[in-house]
Amino acid sequence: MPLSILIWWPLAFALVGALAGRRWASRVVLGGSLIALGLAVYYLFAFDPHDKGLQFVTDETWISALGIHYKLGLDGLNLFLVALAALLFAAAIAAANLREWERPQLFYFQLGLAESAVLGAFCAQDLALFVVFFDLMLIPFYFLIGAWGGPNRVPATMKLVIYTLVGSLLMLAGAIATGVLATGQSHITFVLSELQQLPLSKGSQEWIFLFFAAAFLVKMPAFPLHGWMPDGYRAMPLPVLAVFSGVLSKVAAYGFLRIVLPIYPDAAVHFQTLLLLIALASILYGSIMAFTVRDARLVVGYSSVAQLGFITLGIFALNPQGAQGALLQMLNHGLVTAALFFIIAVLARRAGGSEDIRDMGGIAFRAPVLAALFLIVALATLAMPGSANFVGEFYILLGVFNSKLAIAIVAFTGVVLASVYVLRVFIRTMHNRVGPKVESREISLRDGAVVAPLVLVILALAVYPQLPLGRSEAAAKASVKTAQNVAHPPERPGLVGPPTQQGAPQGTIPPEQQAPPPDQSGAAPQGQTGGQVQVQP
Amino acid sequence: VIALATKGPPIDWAGLSPLVALIGGSLVVLLVGLLSSRMVRERVVPALTIVSLGATLGLTIWQWHDKKSIISGALRVDDLALVLCLIFLAAGLAAVLLSLRAAAPEQSGHGEYHALLLSAIAGMLALVEAQNLVSLFLGLELLSISLYVLCASELRRERSLESGLKYLVIGSVGSATLLYGLALIYGATGSTDFSGIAAALKGDVVSDPLLLTGIALVSAGLAFKSSAAPFHQWTPDVYEGAPTPITAFMAVATKAAAFGIFLRLFDIALIDASLNWAPLLAAIATITIIVGNVGALGQSSLKRLLAWSGVAQAGYLLAGVVVATTLGVEATVYYLAVYTAMNVAAFAVVVARERETGLGDDISALSGIGASRPWLAWPMTIAMLSLAGIPATAGFVGKFYLIDATVDGGYTWLGVMIVIGSMISLGYYLRVVAAMWMPPRGAPEAQAGARPAIAGGSPEADAQRDVPATAVAVVFGAASLFFGIIPSPLFHLAQDAGRSLGLL
Repeated sequence: MPLSILIWWPLAFALVGALAGRRWASRVVLGGSLIALGLAVYYLFAFDPHDKGLQFVTDETWISALGIHYKLGLDGLNLFLVALAALLFAAAIAAANLREWERPQLFYFQLGLAESAVLGAFCAQDLALFVVFFDLMLIPFYFLIGAWGGPNRVPATMKLVIYTLVGSLLMLAGAIATGVLATGQSHITFVLSELQQLPLSKGSQEWIFLFFAAAFLVKMPAFPLHGWMPDGYRAMPLPVLAVFSGVLSKVAAYGFLRIVLPIYPDAAVHFQTLLLLIALASILYGSIMAFTVRDARLVVGYSSVAQLGFITLGIFALNPQGAQGALLQMLNHGLVTAALFFIIAVLARRAGGSEDIRDMGGIAFRAPVLAALFLIVALATLAMPGSANFVGEFYILLGVFNSKLAIAIVAFTGVVLASVYVLRVFIRTMHNRVGPKVESREISLRDGAVVAPLVLVILALAVYPQLPLGRSEAAAKASVKTAQNVAHPPERPGLVGPPTQQGAPQGTIPPEQQAPPPDQSGAAPQGQTGGQVQVQP
Repeated sequence: VIALATKGPPIDWAGLSPLVALIGGSLVVLLVGLLSSRMVRERVVPALTIVSLGATLGLTIWQWHDKKSIISGALRVDDLALVLCLIFLAAGLAAVLLSLRAAAPEQSGHGEYHALLLSAIAGMLALVEAQNLVSLFLGLELLSISLYVLCASELRRERSLESGLKYLVIGSVGSATLLYGLALIYGATGSTDFSGIAAALKGDVVSDPLLLTGIALVSAGLAFKSSAAPFHQWTPDVYEGAPTPITAFMAVATKAAAFGIFLRLFDIALIDASLNWAPLLAAIATITIIVGNVGALGQSSLKRLLAWSGVAQAGYLLAGVVVATTLGVEATVYYLAVYTAMNVAAFAVVVARERETGLGDDISALSGIGASRPWLAWPMTIAMLSLAGIPATAGFVGKFYLIDATVDGGYTWLGVMIVIGSMISLGYYLRVVAAMWMPPRGAPEAQAGARPAIAGGSPEADAQRDVPATAVAVVFGAASLFFGIIPSPLFHLAQDAGRSLGLL
């Protein structure tokens, strides 16, 4: 089944919904997003874990004069992110269905458009097409926040859009330059797999890398570029915020793995330390802010800054462990953030509409199920051993340990800080003295229907993180391979000497990549991961 | 003997036919406008104008792929001229439809108004077909003089008269500068023919100070016409004062004509001097992008805002001229076509709201129309997003093409300038979108037909929904979206135009 169906399905339903009138718009779009989720799950199972290349490829010429292809495909990198996007959009649209919106046709149309754009960005295998989808996905959010947002929505939207589009436009220039400079005299192309084969001079790589990094770091957001985040998060309607925070930031992190590392490997190595320091700063700053702010949304917002810092850390460890950890963590973070925002919506309704954690308190008394759901999500967020987040962070830190020891040691404090801010929110809202306006009551079935599936997925991943790890392994390795080879040129076959302590993990990896035993790569992910863990000094 | 001595050059009437149709139409319209019947003036004159435009369109398509020089090489009919002619015709058609209920033709006479519109188009066509310096200047003056009058055609409004006068004075300075430059180029190369100039430049004329001064003056003159900084100061005032349909026409068609001749003169005749003029034009482009975008930021009048945005867009277009490659020509032509679609859509909405609200062209006239007038709000939204270069709109593909051309031509930094300009431009384009879709809650909507009589500000206000203006907005808005998703038809036109110049 072509991927185009999955991508355009939500938009088609959104159009139908817009024409269907006020009463039916919400249900039609919800139906569309559920079917898209079904399709995404179908791809999850139809995906062949032994095939290392792209699967379900669609490749058409879109604009021949500019060499832009409409090329889509799935591999280990985006398979689970597509499923995550479909799941979170379905959950958010379901959550939006729980209340009334002004001009519902337009509201749900924008949500459907957003889903199509995000899925497109994840599936795109052409640099220009990726840029198109990446920029396009911001537009529906501009309307969603500006027209349906909370207080101060218009300035907040402006800030958000200008911040992110500044990054995206730089990326556009970088993308075009990549296509033109890499192809030289031959016919221009933007197809990622072809660009990977074409060398790009180191100087060009460096400025283009910075343009791409700007786009992705703003979108995440990472520490010095997060200025739009507090206002933007406060203004967004909660269902919209859940997808924005849960999915859009992942597109940015995914962009690093899909585009930046394979196409600009020299620059990635050149700027590795810079990016690691930015990631570290995001972790520390995000964590510290998360336990000082009082707005529950912002606690989650700043915790996202910290979590995305971890993900960046994993990506720029420039080794397979880091990349795999980052991928798993993207999945985890998307799930817990969205769940947290839905829970905040539930909590705010029990605290007289306030999202200030000082106004909450004691909500757990008569709501054991709500408290249990929240606790599971909270523990997952702080990466409790046993949760998939723990596995993700473990892999990330393992990767960083192998490449930059000092940074890894500092980053460890981030793990501790996470438990501080998460537990603070949980205690302040659920326990403590009952707040003045708090009315403790159990989570309703309708709210539960939105939150519970996410919690179930979180639990499922906690029990069996090997599923995403195994399927993403080959792709994650391929993604970092070029950069890794630049950083540590593979040893020649004749010169096998005892690897140094520092170089040991890297030294063992290239042979594994070049000739991976076919039966080990995907079929026995657990054995493989075990093997990598042993490598650690 | 006298008859023999004054025997004119052989004329290829087929090649000349679009021009003949325009001038003939102009005369017919002028004469019909003299009839006393009100019905004839208000209905038949615009209808005849549209017929004339339609005939020109047919003749243009008939001439497609015919590359030939006509009238002893004074004019050249090729795909570049014909593609640009399509742009003029689209803009002209939009102007006629937008003028249907405007005050301007009423006050200045329908016949004169429409005849001038047609002669302006004829001037533009002659300009972009020009193959020597003299026909260049003739075309330019024909279009300029028609437009001076059209700007002032709303006789009873002071701002319109001011606009016309200002345009006349500044335009004349521009023309004089240009003429002086043309004379110097002729002096240096000894030829008025573009091919003769190009041939002369193969020699050592290239470093002749006379030629360099000539190029500088011509650049300045054309920069006046295309409203490139630092020769752009007239643009906001003239655009704001002129009747809005004329503003719409000027904004797109004049720009297309100016860039048509930019391409012919610089990328063909002066191509061998490109080492001399390319840095100059690149500098002008950069300044234009910055000045235009920054100037637009604080505007609350939509016409002024679009004027400044037009200045900025002229900067983007110049980047396509600077690189002097086939790709650059294609990108420029493509962007001109796209620019026409999105600007006409935006101006059509301004016209419609001027008539509906009585708030004139203030941005508040758009407040909340997302809910009340979706048929105007959507085209305006698409036009603004397209001007800003958001994906899935034609403006995005256009910018992509231009940046592609700049990087390919070795001017990567100019591509980055285009991007930086686009970033600044978000500040004002999105403000317009926000006004339409995100009005302050509880604020009264600026609204349709509620109180035109007491609104006062604009004499145009008559509270009736303007069907032709809405139709123009929807059609051109849809085009801005369509060519962003399926750009290949326009690409083919642009490539035909690019190939017809025979550059690298």
